[in-house]
Amino acid sequence: MPIFIDRRLNPKDKSLGNRQRFLRRAREELKRSIRDKIRTGRIADADAEHTVPMPERGTGEPSFNDDKNTGRRQHILPGNRHYAQGDLVPKPGQGGGASSAGNRPSEDDFRFVLSREEVLDLFFEDLELPDMVKLNLKEILAFKPRRAGFAVTGSPTSINVGRTMRHSHGRRIALRRPKQEELDAIERELAVVEAGPPSAAARERMTALREELDRLQRRRRRIAYVDPVDIRFNRFDPQPLPNTSAVMFCLMDVSGSMGEREKDLAKRFFVLLHLFLKRRYDRIEIVFIRHTHEAQEVDEETFFYNTQSGGTVVSTALNEMHRIIHERYPAREWNIYAAQASDGDNFGGDSERCIALLDGKLMRLCQYFAYVEIIDERETHIFGSTENGTSLWRAYSTVELKWPNFQMSRIATPADIYPVFRRLFAKHPAAGKRA
Amino acid sequence: MASHASKPGLLFSGSDWDFKKLSRAYEAIEAIAVEELHLNVYPVQMEIISSQQMLDAYSSVGMPLMYRHWSFGKHFLYQEMLYRKAGRGLAYELVINSNPCIVYLMEENTMALQALVTAHAALGHNHFFKNNHLFRQWTDAGAILSYLDFAKGYISRCEERHGVAAVEAVLDAAHALMGQGVFRYRRPPKLSSERQREGLRGRLEYEERSYNDLWRTLPRSGDGGRAGERDIDLAERKKALKLPEENLLYFLEKNSLVLEPWQREIIRIVRVIAQYFYPQRQTQVMNEGCATFVHYTLMNLLFDRGQISEGAMLEVLRNHSNVIFQPAFDDPRYSGINPYALGLDMMQEIQRISMAPTAEDRDWFPDIAGKGDWREVLLDAWANHRDESFIRQYLSPTLIRKWRLFVLADGADEPHYRVASIHNERGYQKIRAALAQSYDIGVTQPDIQVVDVDLLGDRQLRLQQTVKDGIMLDEGGRDATLRYIRRLWGYEVSLAAIDAQTGETIHERSSSQIGA
Repeated sequence: MPIFIDRRLNPKDKSLGNRQRFLRRAREELKRSIRDKIRTGRIADADAEHTVPMPERGTGEPSFNDDKNTGRRQHILPGNRHYAQGDLVPKPGQGGGASSAGNRPSEDDFRFVLSREEVLDLFFEDLELPDMVKLNLKEILAFKPRRAGFAVTGSPTSINVGRTMRHSHGRRIALRRPKQEELDAIERELAVVEAGPPSAAARERMTALREELDRLQRRRRRIAYVDPVDIRFNRFDPQPLPNTSAVMFCLMDVSGSMGEREKDLAKRFFVLLHLFLKRRYDRIEIVFIRHTHEAQEVDEETFFYNTQSGGTVVSTALNEMHRIIHERYPAREWNIYAAQASDGDNFGGDSERCIALLDGKLMRLCQYFAYVEIIDERETHIFGSTENGTSLWRAYSTVELKWPNFQMSRIATPADIYPVFRRLFAKHPAAGKRA
Repeated sequence: MASHASKPGLLFSGSDWDFKKLSRAYEAIEAIAVEELHLNVYPVQMEIISSQQMLDAYSSVGMPLMYRHWSFGKHFLYQEMLYRKAGRGLAYELVINSNPCIVYLMEENTMALQALVTAHAALGHNHFFKNNHLFRQWTDAGAILSYLDFAKGYISRCEERHGVAAVEAVLDAAHALMGQGVFRYRRPPKLSSERQREGLRGRLEYEERSYNDLWRTLPRSGDGGRAGERDIDLAERKKALKLPEENLLYFLEKNSLVLEPWQREIIRIVRVIAQYFYPQRQTQVMNEGCATFVHYTLMNLLFDRGQISEGAMLEVLRNHSNVIFQPAFDDPRYSGINPYALGLDMMQEIQRISMAPTAEDRDWFPDIAGKGDWREVLLDAWANHRDESFIRQYLSPTLIRKWRLFVLADGADEPHYRVASIHNERGYQKIRAALAQSYDIGVTQPDIQVVDVDLLGDRQLRLQQTVKDGIMLDEGGRDATLRYIRRLWGYEVSLAAIDAQTGETIHERSSSQIGA
């Protein structure tokens, strides 16, 4: 008699620890993979599982092995059809070992899936987010149970009495369960007959009545008043907590001065804002507005990958944003967030118009307006502390003083992005509750 | 009991399994196995696991308990990828050489499959583990699980005390040397301290007895003597360290000057596990062949006795033929010789030769041809052979013809392969020898040994690779592994490649050359 052990209920993910160790080891390369993914993917897709290639460095397991391209060896093969001793057979994959090694899929050459949590961890690490914020962003939406019909199973506390009794009633009718009145009627008649004069007919009638009474009582016992099949429970469905909708405006200067690096930083800035909004709102729309000396609404692809030539007039983008809000996103129904990225260039005199636009119209409509100015890493020490800067920077500084929901910052590396959002992530009772 | 089963003799009907059916099937199968095949097995412990758990087991070299290491996580990702892409199904079972013998069954298997797997693993593999001389000599089936438990606990305690990174560094290096971390030959049993002292006393007595003052008066030879003295020094040094040493992990564990005691213990753990798997690497064909032969024979016997239904038998046969599928070399599905197929065919050949030999068989196998009792021949082969010797002894010309085996000679610098032998009179012996040799891990594994180290001098660890047939080491792997050895040894390490025939040094590589 063998011993049987059922291991199916043992804790799963026995190898989770090994997986974490592996990810930690390959961290730098995985981080680069994720960065590339986010650079090339859509903003809204950042917050999901991603497939990444097996990192090459740090994950090799070397050992002493024969070099397949040296020496003399013998291969023993089955299925000879027409070879005779001494035949020469051309080698497959002529042209050296490099090609044959490349064709053979090795164990180290495959792609695997990182979970959403792991992806976000890698993404956040680059941005140097504080732990509290990381936790906040990774948190899944809260759910609230909502009534959704009836079920035949459930906990006793959620029995639906009305439904249950209705089923019980129907079943009692269908199975003809004797009613109390019928029993009472027979008992009354029995009493009358018993009290009356004794005769053969009366005795016969009495036995008949007793038998009938007995039969009905037995039937009543067999057919329960409420049977387990009658019971119905209220069914609850987890429903995401009602959230309002938000719209996120991405504004970016796409004139020639914005290069690959600037756009990459800008994109990460937008991704982070999107992540934050996604946590807080049910429905988020993203509007991309690019501008040179004129502004237009475009799709994400065009936004990041097309360059346009032209001057730089920032106020056109603000005007366009205002127009779109006016047409499609009434501020009563939408929470409006805006993120603007630029290298700070602006057409002379236009900055004044920007102040007027923000001050007069937009800031009243927006929940939050974040502005990042992307500067060269070498300029950090020049601009780092001073209030001096581009005309746009100086103009926006006056707006910042006036409006608490306006944030601005200069960024040169990914780690500089987070401070822009610091206020956004601080517990902020007013934000998001304006529906 | 299933009184409503369609036939009274059936062990089970339907495809669902439950523990009662499993137990009934095991008992019937074991009874037949003992009675008809004279198998001798460890008690069995069957564990039901899910596919997720099977993947877990895959990634930690098939052991139920394993210490933590990132490489197992990587293997898991690989296996999972294969499984998700449906490129490969999971094994139906996994069996562990332990006492009691642990057999993992997948919950998805149908009852017919569970019966097949029971015959295959719980009896076939189990018998092989218990009786084959390699397993009896090299592994301790009763202790392996508790040892792994100890290893896991010890390594996690080390991680707590010294940090994950420090432990990982040692494990990485030790894993790279697992192939060179086994003893290939049995050492004489270690003397107990009592016996050792006795031996020492005996030798002193002998020296006293044979002392002759005359030797002292001999003049020392002058110039030639110094070289001789160096040679003697060298010989003494090697003797003290028991060099040459083929077990690099053992040598590093015992002699490295830079390792802490806990690091030595970790190396020892890796070494013990490598040694535990050493017999399995040498007995693939035999082990799988034995299990396949046993399940095939037992399932047929059960069917003949009316204990399993036609439907179940059909499913068994279908799975059986999938397992022993052997495509020809030019088939795109060809990926080497299938050990299940080769093992089963050879064992069935033994059965045939014992019962109904041809004249050729009498020529080739005079001691077993027509002997009649094939069970005894097989039991003997299972107990006393490994793949290499088994093939050298029992691969018959009939089988070579059936498989149409041929040998390709492959020189790296030639543009063509040359067909060296085919399945004809002149080729049989050569094919047999070549196939046997390809299963000899003493030949297929690179031969690397510690040859010298001067602990009082520069402490450089000198390794030597004996190059056979001009087969060199892969350079990337060699340099990376040398770096790991350097880490464990703490001083410079060099590896010389010596040609086995001429004794010439082909090249030498030292750790300083690769910036370690």
